Amino acid sequence: MLHELTLSGLTAKLAAKEVSSREAMQACLDRIDAVDGQVNAFMSIDRDDALGQADAADAALAKGNTHAAQPLLGVPISLKDLFCAKGQPANCSSKILGNFLSPYDGTVVRKLRDAGAVLFGRLNMDEFAMGSSTENSAFGRSNNPWDLERVPGGSSGGCAAAVAAQECFGSIGTDTGGSIRQPAALCGCVGLKPTYGRVSRFGVVAFASSLDQVGPLTKDVRDSATLLGAMSGHDPHDSTSVPADVPDYVAELGGDLKGIKLGLPREFLIDGIDPEVRAAFDAAVKQCEALGAEIHEVSMPHTEYGVATYYIVATAEASANLARFDGIRYGDRVDGDDPFSLYCNTRGRGFGEEVKRRIILGTYVLSSGYYDAYYLRAQKARTLIKRDFEQAFETVDALITPTVPAPAFKAGEKMDDPLQMYLSDIFTISCNLAGTCGISLPCGFTSEPKLPIGLQFLGKPFGESQLLQIAHAYEQATPWHTERASL
Amino acid sequence: MADTDFDIQYVANLARIALTPDEEAKLGHQLGDILGYVKKLEELDVTGVEPMAHAVPLANVLRADEVRPSIPQEAALANAPKQANGLFIVPKIVE
Repeated sequence: MLHELTLSGLTAKLAAKEVSSREAMQACLDRIDAVDGQVNAFMSIDRDDALGQADAADAALAKGNTHAAQPLLGVPISLKDLFCAKGQPANCSSKILGNFLSPYDGTVVRKLRDAGAVLFGRLNMDEFAMGSSTENSAFGRSNNPWDLERVPGGSSGGCAAAVAAQECFGSIGTDTGGSIRQPAALCGCVGLKPTYGRVSRFGVVAFASSLDQVGPLTKDVRDSATLLGAMSGHDPHDSTSVPADVPDYVAELGGDLKGIKLGLPREFLIDGIDPEVRAAFDAAVKQCEALGAEIHEVSMPHTEYGVATYYIVATAEASANLARFDGIRYGDRVDGDDPFSLYCNTRGRGFGEEVKRRIILGTYVLSSGYYDAYYLRAQKARTLIKRDFEQAFETVDALITPTVPAPAFKAGEKMDDPLQMYLSDIFTISCNLAGTCGISLPCGFTSEPKLPIGLQFLGKPFGESQLLQIAHAYEQATPWHTERASL
Repeated sequence: MADTDFDIQYVANLARIALTPDEEAKLGHQLGDILGYVKKLEELDVTGVEPMAHAVPLANVLRADEVRPSIPQEAALANAPKQANGLFIVPKIVE
């Protein structure tokens, strides 16, 4: 079946004219009709627009355009609901944006279009990317394709669920504290968070500007390499995007792990890791060793301060970023007698509970009298966390850790205890604070029920090429990435 | 451990968010717990440590000062909850 192909499998068939882009797009729509009632990954789909883009890609293929020049030509790719694509909604799974339609294409969307991608669908997420389960979506949660009673993770939970349910050939999400890697781990797909500055944030609704990065979720490592290559590079519209060369990530895949030094951070192997996750992780470390990697224990002494640091820095930045949702220029307005009450009513009614919680926390840590005690101290703790990475990378090429301490949890399990929800990001958060890159890929399954387990590699800043090589070598030596959820 | 200093009404007002009494009680309690948790950072010795705002600091990112096209006025107003005569309409600000 067409929807079962990987992205690279599809491009091979498109190039050989064995299938058309329209057939591929239609296969996704048929698959969505068949399974998305259970998975609920998609909030909306503009079918005519999607098929129109596919027809345009078929015309380009007929004219002789190649995948060498346009690596995504004719490939249906879906988007998290926070990317601006001209004329399409960007609700961020929030009520406050009302009937908003983007007036322009963001840079990532433009680059994917330039690479030939057929961009379709708005994927569910935690409201404004705040959460780890999609349960904070104002439009209802998505379900984990491996067990519909469980969450797909978050905040890019719709992306991970759509890839795992084979409703698209790849999707684009964002990762602020693990929002690509954690759902990828929970849904058994590959999720890559690039180095801060690698991919432009222009046209991506901001949560925490110093932490947010755009990245792919895919069925395998090669497909993530393809999408990263298409999205990366300097953008004059984003002053934090870095003017560094973009390697050919796909061409550089291959090889084994001989001579690669992998660091095992002692502080990550805490009590409280699920025993099956721990066993799968230990087996993955052994597998890497068998493939030629040297394993070195390293110390990251400030790991335990990551979550606290993150929830100060991220909420502070969010409180400033989300000030723009005021009911004046776009989105839904709840009237008031004066501008002040209009703001309060609009935001009180339009934002969900977690978003309010975080904006209020962020406002507090920045407020007069508390700034030094909370925000400034957290910024200093962030320096210490970054130094942990710098020191580790003096002796090793990459770090190897579990992505999440436990497999997917049941819906509702952590909803009344935000702190417990925050702690599920404990292994992914420090990478965002340090600004480096990370990838999650499947490394096994729990036995009963059968749920995916994620393995995380963390690489040096702008070291995505080596990170992808390491992940690819492990992936190709193991069967996990070929397993699919039965729906 | 609750943070006794935390005045939910005061901070929600700074953040321009109207809360119901139920939300005030629930969020106030949860935020007290979260602030109790983040107090963990007090254990750290940060003497002499520089604060970090960005992972990849870029200095003086400038572009050429030249006129470039921007989105047209109709497109900029298209999402407005209320608009007229090319303007966003807001409640009266001055008496």
